[in-house]
Amino acid sequence: MPFETLVAGCLAYVALMFAVAFAADRAAERGRVRWLDHPLVYTLSLSVYCSAWTFYGAVGYATRSGLEFATIYLGPTIVCTGAWWGLRRLVRVARMHHVTSIADLISARFGKSNPLAALITLIAVIAATPYIALQLKSVRLSFEVFATETPQGAAPGGAFGGIGLWVAAGLALFTILFGTRNLAADERHHGVVTAIALEAVVKLLAFLALGVFVVWGLAEGPADMLDRIARAGRDPELAEGWLLRPDRWTALILVSAAALVTLPRMFQVMVVEAADEERLHVAGWAFPAYLFAMSLFVLPITVMGRELLPADANPDLFVLTLPAAAGQNLLAFLVFLGGFSAATSMVVVCAIALATMISNHWIVPGWLALRRRPAGEETEDLRGLVLNARRLAIIAVVGAGWVYHEASGGGAALASMGLVAFTGMAQVLPTMLGGLLWRGANRRGAYAGFGTGFALWLALIFLPSIGIGALPPLPERVDPLAFSIFLSLSLNTLVFIGVSIFGFPDPVERLQGLSFVSAVEPIRHSRMTRGEDRAEPLLAMARRVWGADPALRFFQAEAAQQGKSGYLPDLTPNFLTRLERRLAGSIGAATAHAMIDRVAGGVALTVSDLLQVADEAQRAKEEAQRLESATTELARTATQLREANDKLTALSVQKDAFLGQISHELRTPMTSVRAFSEILMTPDLSDEERARFAKIIHDEAGRLTRLLDDLLDLSVLESGRAQLTVTAANLHDLIGRALSAASATRPERSFTVERDMPSEHLPVITDADRLLQVLINVISNSRKYCDSDRPVLRIRARRSEQGGAQIDIIDNGSGIDASRQSLIFEKFARLNDPARAGGAGLGLAICREIMAVLGGDITYLPGQGGAAFRIELPRRPPAGAAQTHS
Amino acid sequence: MVLDILMIEDEPNIAEAVRFILGRDGWQLQLHADGLGGIEAIRQARPRLVILDLMLPHRSGAEILADLRSDPDAALAATPVLMLTARGQTPELAAQADAVLGKPFANDDLRAQVRRMLA
Repeated sequence: MPFETLVAGCLAYVALMFAVAFAADRAAERGRVRWLDHPLVYTLSLSVYCSAWTFYGAVGYATRSGLEFATIYLGPTIVCTGAWWGLRRLVRVARMHHVTSIADLISARFGKSNPLAALITLIAVIAATPYIALQLKSVRLSFEVFATETPQGAAPGGAFGGIGLWVAAGLALFTILFGTRNLAADERHHGVVTAIALEAVVKLLAFLALGVFVVWGLAEGPADMLDRIARAGRDPELAEGWLLRPDRWTALILVSAAALVTLPRMFQVMVVEAADEERLHVAGWAFPAYLFAMSLFVLPITVMGRELLPADANPDLFVLTLPAAAGQNLLAFLVFLGGFSAATSMVVVCAIALATMISNHWIVPGWLALRRRPAGEETEDLRGLVLNARRLAIIAVVGAGWVYHEASGGGAALASMGLVAFTGMAQVLPTMLGGLLWRGANRRGAYAGFGTGFALWLALIFLPSIGIGALPPLPERVDPLAFSIFLSLSLNTLVFIGVSIFGFPDPVERLQGLSFVSAVEPIRHSRMTRGEDRAEPLLAMARRVWGADPALRFFQAEAAQQGKSGYLPDLTPNFLTRLERRLAGSIGAATAHAMIDRVAGGVALTVSDLLQVADEAQRAKEEAQRLESATTELARTATQLREANDKLTALSVQKDAFLGQISHELRTPMTSVRAFSEILMTPDLSDEERARFAKIIHDEAGRLTRLLDDLLDLSVLESGRAQLTVTAANLHDLIGRALSAASATRPERSFTVERDMPSEHLPVITDADRLLQVLINVISNSRKYCDSDRPVLRIRARRSEQGGAQIDIIDNGSGIDASRQSLIFEKFARLNDPARAGGAGLGLAICREIMAVLGGDITYLPGQGGAAFRIELPRRPPAGAAQTHS
Repeated sequence: MVLDILMIEDEPNIAEAVRFILGRDGWQLQLHADGLGGIEAIRQARPRLVILDLMLPHRSGAEILADLRSDPDAALAATPVLMLTARGQTPELAAQADAVLGKPFANDDLRAQVRRMLA
């Protein structure tokens, strides 16, 4: 095939890939992701596992080592069929934590440790560089095959040398275009995935077509083919290599199984690009089926290649040279395109995955550490930074592969370079499995175990593969590769477990450990789409948190800011960040982040689930508040009831005592009245006796009347229904009137009254009659009870600090016992011989009630020599008192 | 001469009424107005009947009655007591006192009660 035709065909194919990727991205932007999200597209994208190494190298491998090539297909098949639940869990955890790469997953699990992620990125880059070089090499070799087969003979040698560079540059461009178009929240790349799926179909069709040609075109059907294979197995030249070696088989199956989940590109397509874990249902059988189809014709091609092609032909290129030698140029071109597809899809996905890791774990943390700007200011700058960092990283990754390819000269066999990468990334497996399945795994264990595995891989596998150092001499029976794999992985695992057991995880690790290990299955799943479809549930969610109006206002303002009418803004990162901050203020940062992630990220949780969560949280909060206030209310009610009960009990006791007192006070004068009235009814009484007895009856009747008056007065005062007639009066006048009224009590006693006339001239605003009643009572008490031979009453008045009046009335008697001073204002607390008392013992109780109604007070002043009372009057009666003004 | 009745009552008018009523029936009557010296007065006078007011200043009729009943002199301790009370029902007093008369009382009830107790 002419070189120019080949290049033109290649370019046309590449253009098709660009067009497909572009169309898929456009479709995804418009929200038409239904077919893009089909599980078969996902399954086909997993075929990025089959790089040029397997496409070309499998036949070479089979030539050298017989059936051993099958281990590379068996490992993933065993994982997909035997441990699909593990894959589901991996995808679930990764989606939950918005993991962007395998390094991100490990770092998220072990306390968000970036150094650990940076270390994993390092091994990934080291392992991937020769692997990418391998893909470039395969493309260059395939070009050379076609060029040598062209009738015109040698094409310009410079063109072949430049092929690697052109391919690398083209792949870098494609990856940058479709791998870093934007920073999607979910890190998915529909264009790339769709193009890869298409390439997977091309790979498979090419390989199957070649296989059919080999079995039915070159050989004479399956029976003949099997016969030829059996004969080849007895070929002494192949005999040793074609032996089945259990140690190598086990090691290789283990490593290729690990590769399915640990290789950066596999993690990218299987976990990061997965919309949800449900598609693993299909991939679980469809991907092994794909691998089976890809491996079915490896042995026939190998055997026919050995039979038909010259002995010095490169077995790694049998798939190309076999059809070409048979003159099947179209088939050869199809195979060429298949190999080209395998190489390019691997490079593109690997570059995307590595670029994500490099930018997220090397460049951005380093940049932030250098800038040392407070967090939060970076939001805008960071987006540009991350995108540019990824573009640079893609160029660097592909460029490093090209440099390696140029430098190594492509000496090593294809398969061995692939194995180096597989075994390197397999060192992540113990840490990853431990992190997912074992809560006790901790960061120190991860560092120690992974570090051990990394070091052993460097020393035993990687460095020898590029010609630096060598394995120590081993017994002949021990296979160096199997030995290196088992040694590095087992020491890795042992150190990881040992250090984890003896170390303690920090709180973040414990939390993450719990979340990783006990990742529960989502109850339901929904397929959410981009754009407004998700803005609506976000609004509904915000409503639950803030209430309808504030949420609507926030969304409207955001939409307006984006130049949109209505209330559903586009889900730009800026908007989501602001929404999350606002929500965080209401429901806490973690919950806000989780909720927005789940709604905006399309994680397998339905909106109604989230609303339920928000509702439940709100209800729980309200319930807690309600319970708390109800408890407080109950406690308060109980206290009030207890107090009321105590009060009622006390009141009941008081009422009984009061009734007893009243009964006694009423019956006593009544007894005299009755007895003497009966006596008066007897005939033989002297006039003088009649007059005396009639006077007693009269006096006792008066006593009864006064008692009843006092009781009524007290009752009115206590009930608060006392009407006050508030007037302005002069205190001097009132004291004068009180003294003259009180002089009726024991008028026979000579009483000296000491007054300070000038101080008495105080204007007071009060009910003058009520105040007079108090003054008379106090002064009368003094006249009645003062036991001095020469009784003296001192009256002092002054303006009080509050602007009212203060009147002290002090006599020179023996006063009142300290023990009884507190009792004198109680009802019926008559202290001395009742013979000298005109009342029933209600006087001071009434005084106290009157002063309370007037807004003042009456108190006993101890330590004044005799009985001493202080009457305090406010500036004016309180506003609450029932009063009439005159 | 033997004293018929010792009366301890703080209300002078009531005391006067009782003295007049019972005096006209020929009973020898002595008055005491304060609870404080009540029991002493009983010991000295050794009356055939004690009339006690329940509500007395300083020392209540119930206390004087208890003093009397616990007196070492058995004859004195057994002196009949008529309790006058202005309170309502006071049943616990009935056990200690020989008779209880509520105030106000009918003069004839008082006279009949005293006559019964001194018979």
